[in-house]
Amino acid sequence: MLGSFAVLRKQSLLGDAISHAALPGIAIAFLIIGVKDSNLFLLGALISGLIGTFWIRGITKNTHLKSDTALGLTLSLFFGFGMLLLTFIQKQPNASQAGLDTYLFGQAATLLIEDVWLIAIVAGISLLILLVFWKEFKILLFDEDYTKTLGFNTNFIDILITTFIVITIVLGLQTVGVILMSAMLLAPAAAARQWTNSLGVMVVLAAIFGAFSGVVGTGISTVVGNLSTGPVIVLVAASIVFISFIFSPKRGLLFREIRFRKNRNNIKMQKTLAFMYGIAKTHENISHPHTIKILNDFQGFSKRSLQELVDFNYVKINGQQWSMTQEGYEKAANLYDQQIKDTHE
Amino acid sequence: MEQKYAVTVDDLTVAYNYKPVLWDIDLMIPESVLMCIVGPNGAGKSTLIKAILGIIKPIAGTVSIFGKPYEKQRSLVAYVPQKGSVDWDFPTTALDVVMMGTYGSLGWIKRPGQKEKKASLEALEKVGMLPFKNRQISQLSGGQQQRIFLARALVQNAAIYFMDEPFQGVDATTEKAIINILKELRKAGKTVIVVHHDLQTVPEYFDWVTFLNVKKIATGPVKDIFNDDNLTKTYGINYKVSVQE
Repeated sequence: MLGSFAVLRKQSLLGDAISHAALPGIAIAFLIIGVKDSNLFLLGALISGLIGTFWIRGITKNTHLKSDTALGLTLSLFFGFGMLLLTFIQKQPNASQAGLDTYLFGQAATLLIEDVWLIAIVAGISLLILLVFWKEFKILLFDEDYTKTLGFNTNFIDILITTFIVITIVLGLQTVGVILMSAMLLAPAAAARQWTNSLGVMVVLAAIFGAFSGVVGTGISTVVGNLSTGPVIVLVAASIVFISFIFSPKRGLLFREIRFRKNRNNIKMQKTLAFMYGIAKTHENISHPHTIKILNDFQGFSKRSLQELVDFNYVKINGQQWSMTQEGYEKAANLYDQQIKDTHE
Repeated sequence: MEQKYAVTVDDLTVAYNYKPVLWDIDLMIPESVLMCIVGPNGAGKSTLIKAILGIIKPIAGTVSIFGKPYEKQRSLVAYVPQKGSVDWDFPTTALDVVMMGTYGSLGWIKRPGQKEKKASLEALEKVGMLPFKNRQISQLSGGQQQRIFLARALVQNAAIYFMDEPFQGVDATTEKAIINILKELRKAGKTVIVVHHDLQTVPEYFDWVTFLNVKKIATGPVKDIFNDDNLTKTYGINYKVSVQE
């Protein structure tokens, strides 16, 4: 759901950076409290995720580095630090009970009923915030400078969106883990964008796709057994993206190709008709027969387009001769005007 | 009698890195003029507008609108950004973009209602885009996108309009349509400030002009100051332009 905003901001990597940045937070939380408590881990993850995000913002604002550089830097720095802490913790005597490595790839089986409640509550709150600030989110995403001139505090809106992205990611960590979390954030949104041209529909679709991959992914991993849940969920989400890219009616590759070919054939046919019109015009009687051979010199002519013209009753064929019908003559005369009108509609 | 100024800029200086982009700009724009800002690439024309509107923070200087600080007068000012500054693949419709012009007066959280929709449709009609109101914005031509941006500013019903290269990449028909709307705005007593590139059309379109090249070279009525001397000072080469008498 919130992934839609990340995708539209062209900050897709942000999710990746945040989830990696969360890792040292989890490790430090463990080092401080010394026992496994997933709520406190999440708090640690949240804090270090937020620190990571504000670093990225700071770097892009105050230096010449592009945002992808800033994201990459922060991501590897925090992840490296997190791994360092993890190996350090593993050498400690009580490491085995910590189970910190489940945060790397996630393990939905470790979720407790309290965790599920927490996720549900936070999801509800972000939904509420999203509805309340819908207008502000939308205009900021579309045109930030303009939003500023209208008197909105763009920093505030920006921080609000980013904070909720961070919270969402941190909550997802337990399920899909640090490394795959960004796929969970982006895949549903990228898929949803293919199906709609409305921001509202896109957000709703993304939520549905996300939920669907979660449920189906968990289902598959339980049925097949011994498959870890996180990767399966991500694979399901990826399949949705793949299907969307190919089959979506408006932006999908398949339908685009079909439309493209149809258009070309159409134009070929019309060009042939126009060429015939040019010949027929020179005769007093428009249905005066001509040999098909003269058409062969015309590039773009094909047997198929001739057949189509016959089907439309624009042209009649008699042996090796063709002649234009009244209908075809009128159609050809208005062809150019018609085209212009079509493009303006 | 004291002249009433729509926009007053004092000592405005903007720098991105080390070199100043704008240096010590003093500018007084009278009410109800149609003014263009001309200057070579990198002269700081867009930056000047953005600094006046507070999008870029200046190093020094103040801006006032009708004698009061800009922050208090935002509702009197509308902005048309460069067309290329936004992602036109964003999932939304033409009408939706125009409605964004009403967000400022709505303030936080409140949603646009029937009144806002009606105003937006009227603005679309004015720029001749009403038939395209439900069109996805990525399916609009460059000229149509520019008209949508103009409609969005019209909805704001402001007293001063700032426009960043509204004629960039539009055909002759759209250019004429836009300039006619701008002239109507001026007739209605509004002040219009436009970043402009085509020097040939300056005398025909505008009645006030500012020459800018990091520093302000000159500002005043087109008929008095739009001459080879100022053009040469601004563009640094011996510039000759045929001004129609």
